Amino acid sequence: MSGAFSTSNVQYLLKGLGVTVGVSIISIIISFIAGSVLGIILYEKVPYFTKTVRLIVNTIRNLPLLLIIFFTYFALPKLGVELNAFSATVFAMSVFEATMVAEIIRGGLLSVGIGQTEGALSTGMNKVQTLWYIILPQALKRSIPPLISQFISLVKDTSLATAIVLPELMFRSQVIYGQNPKYMVPMFITIAALYFVVNYSLSLLAKWFDKRLV
Amino acid sequence: MIDIFTQNWQTILNGFWVTILSSVIGLVGSLLLGTIFALLELAPSRSLRIIGTAFVEFFRNIPLLVITMFFYVVVSSSFKIGGFWSGTIGLILYTSAFIAECLRGGIASVDAGQMEGARSNGLTYTQAMTHIVLPQGFRLAIPSLGNQFINLVKNSSILSFVAGFDLMYQANVISGANLDPFNTYIIVGILYLLITASVSWVVKRLENRIGKEVIR
Repeated sequence: MSGAFSTSNVQYLLKGLGVTVGVSIISIIISFIAGSVLGIILYEKVPYFTKTVRLIVNTIRNLPLLLIIFFTYFALPKLGVELNAFSATVFAMSVFEATMVAEIIRGGLLSVGIGQTEGALSTGMNKVQTLWYIILPQALKRSIPPLISQFISLVKDTSLATAIVLPELMFRSQVIYGQNPKYMVPMFITIAALYFVVNYSLSLLAKWFDKRLV
Repeated sequence: MIDIFTQNWQTILNGFWVTILSSVIGLVGSLLLGTIFALLELAPSRSLRIIGTAFVEFFRNIPLLVITMFFYVVVSSSFKIGGFWSGTIGLILYTSAFIAECLRGGIASVDAGQMEGARSNGLTYTQAMTHIVLPQGFRLAIPSLGNQFINLVKNSSILSFVAGFDLMYQANVISGANLDPFNTYIIVGILYLLITASVSWVVKRLENRIGKEVIR
């Protein structure tokens, strides 16, 4: 087959989908772990430490992700941190999304009733045990639907890495329609469909959890 | 760092202005469009509901960049719209899907008795919706709408992809010229924080004021 959907073009695009999914999965794992730690710090009011973390989280949350990507890729090398496009994207996405996850986890922790903490403490558990065995599992369960919608945003935002020439889905579609203007419309339809399928299945998953948990 | 600002203040302020302009147009446009689609999603007629849901699900699940590039590359080849409008139209469509979701949540949490009471007083569905239910839904949705407005400001940086001459675009121009991306991006970051912080301050105040009215 020739034209927009020649075998080589399709393979080229699918490799881009692979990069998009790869960046997304790695960033989701890192931001989930880092965000949970930050969320717990925000929830437990550690003197001075929590205030510092709060300031950092608020600052990063209120900046455009694109700015953070550019900063990571173009400005960090001035400090001696050289990252290629892939690791710069993963780094920027993880930092940004971790602050988003932190807020969600903190909200989840706050939604667990104070009676749970009091009950656990009065049965003789210490603070760490209470958090780990009683509060955190309930909080995580409640955080699943908002976390999934955050991760949908993450998948969509990987397209911004086009700006630092990461060969992901969006970038590769631009390369293909750069060859021939006739390919523009088919390419936009294709990548919109691919992003839609990935994200819509995630949002169905979120809805399923929502129904089961409430 | 100060000298970057003193040397490029005109460029930076131009970009700052374009970012604010695009955000304000995006806010008004997406609020209007989002309200329409929230109402469609909740409409009594099944076909209207399907149209509303299809629109919202479509624009929520594809990246803003894809929408913006579509307008910049495909649409602008037949209609002359520049980078600014491609980006702003993309912003409006994308954000309105999220606003529709927030409003739908707000309207859904208005007590069903409000609609029933209005209808039994002789108002039509449209009158009851626009005069009784929608205003209350808006109030309940303010916190989540505020979040969307902050996202809108941040997302306006998409204009830099399509030569929209916004703050992010100017930052790239300046750092390309002075070869000091580190300090340039920090200055631009502070300016973005200035906008997003003011938006969240306004939203907090609205929340407090309107929250009190609801309780009263």
